[in-house]
Amino acid sequence: MRQFAYTRFELKRTFRERRLFIFAFGFPLILYYLIAAPNRNVHNYNHSGIALPLYYMCGLASFGTMMAMMSAGFRIAGERQVGWTRQLRITPLSTRSYLRAKVLTAYVMAGCSLGLLYIAGATLGVSIPAGRWIEMTGLIAIGLLPFAALGIALGHLLTIDSTGPATGGIVSLLAFIGGTWFPVTGFLHTVGQYVPSYWLVQAAHIAVGGTGWGTRGWVVIVAWTAVLSAIAAYAFARDTGRV
Amino acid sequence: MLRGLEKSWRGPAGPIQAVRGIDVSIARGETVALLGPNGAGKSTTIDMILGLVRPDGGSVSVLGRDPGVAVKEGLVGAMLQTGALIRNLTVRELVSMAAALYPRPLPVDDVIELVGLDEVASQRTQKLSGGETQRVRFAVALVGDPQLLILDEPTVAMDVEGRRAFWQAMRRLASEGRTLMFATHYLDEADANADRAVLLARGVVVADGPTTEIKGKVGTRTIRATLPGVGEAELGALDGVDSVLRHGEAITLVCSDSDRAIRQLLARHEEIRDIEITGAGLEDAFMRLVGDEEIGAGDGELAL
Repeated sequence: MRQFAYTRFELKRTFRERRLFIFAFGFPLILYYLIAAPNRNVHNYNHSGIALPLYYMCGLASFGTMMAMMSAGFRIAGERQVGWTRQLRITPLSTRSYLRAKVLTAYVMAGCSLGLLYIAGATLGVSIPAGRWIEMTGLIAIGLLPFAALGIALGHLLTIDSTGPATGGIVSLLAFIGGTWFPVTGFLHTVGQYVPSYWLVQAAHIAVGGTGWGTRGWVVIVAWTAVLSAIAAYAFARDTGRV
Repeated sequence: MLRGLEKSWRGPAGPIQAVRGIDVSIARGETVALLGPNGAGKSTTIDMILGLVRPDGGSVSVLGRDPGVAVKEGLVGAMLQTGALIRNLTVRELVSMAAALYPRPLPVDDVIELVGLDEVASQRTQKLSGGETQRVRFAVALVGDPQLLILDEPTVAMDVEGRRAFWQAMRRLASEGRTLMFATHYLDEADANADRAVLLARGVVVADGPTTEIKGKVGTRTIRATLPGVGEAELGALDGVDSVLRHGEAITLVCSDSDRAIRQLLARHEEIRDIEITGAGLEDAFMRLVGDEEIGAGDGELAL
């Protein structure tokens, strides 16, 4: 019960931060409308047979949710900066409850971001069969696990000043390699198959007739989740000093 | 209970020994002041008591348990030295959140009233003054109903009124049988509020005892009086007098045995008047025990 009280206050606090709405939710939406609204009548984007508003809804769904998950890092770095993390350590709050609150908050953020993009897509005429829609959302949720761990790890390893550039840089790089903006080919495609963002994009592409993940996808996501979770746990455990 | 506590940090010029063998045992219900100049090892010692830092040597036991266990059981509350508040919660929400982390918290409204935050209870934490922020941090440390409450320089940034209210609350907590430990730079606070003072310098305990005993340790008393026409040499020759200072008709005698000195003075100089005998303050004791040059090195932050 009290573990959930902490999560509840975390959510309340997160949703009161106005800047968050502008950057975490507003930015992907603006980007989406800028790209898709003028091209809403492109029904066969790049000869793929896919309508452009749908294609970019999928791309931004992966980008927006990735960004939302990683925003856990900013919040953690901010709490460390003011000494709050140390204060929490001298309460009975367990590591498990602490991390659960961070992960749940990140997921709620990602869920909002995704929901808003679905609505934005609908306003531009995107419609997906319910089955695919559910499959896509579920697989995206699983594909976001490594990013939750990465956000938490960065939050505990970096200072508030460096989390911004680090998160922005990493998300941009992963989004690019993963094929968020345009399909990657050749060498990049080979590398891309080993990064989690690629599979996040694949999950989003279920909406455009993609087949989701094969064995390789699951292995990559599980492996990254395991490694990044271990790093996050290590980062949290050693982060007891004054910042 | 601290036994042979040691801790070094890696510094640019090799290891820096922050704490070099501290042995302190504190009984339940005591109010103890931890004194010392900057760099004496106060905060490092507190971090080790709270389990935030692992000692290199020695052991810490808190209420008969490992520090981590005592913290997990909610027996310890602390106000750390560095710290602001997280944003976007009201004072009441933040204290409620802290309360929710403990198994047996105090009623939130009682705590808010005790620390004097009633008027700002509905304000967001980012809108508070420095002194109010400190009081919220005090409330957060307190709301879990800890048996041991540790405060690292609690009154920094509080105004006079805030300090008065703070110590009033502390006395009430002490009267309820809690063990209180606070680190401070303000010697008058230690003098007025602690049963006992532990003086740290360069990572070791240089004095430990009731504040009265520490003051007594210095062993000097000062006699001030008005006494014209008697030479400094003659006064200095009296038994029990260490040094003499004269400003016009006023004399100041620092005495190792003021009782003997005053008897002789009264016997020989009937005209002596305005006599005042004072004990050494904790400040004198502190200067004597820690060493003047040490305080000078404390980059001027020490408030004496």
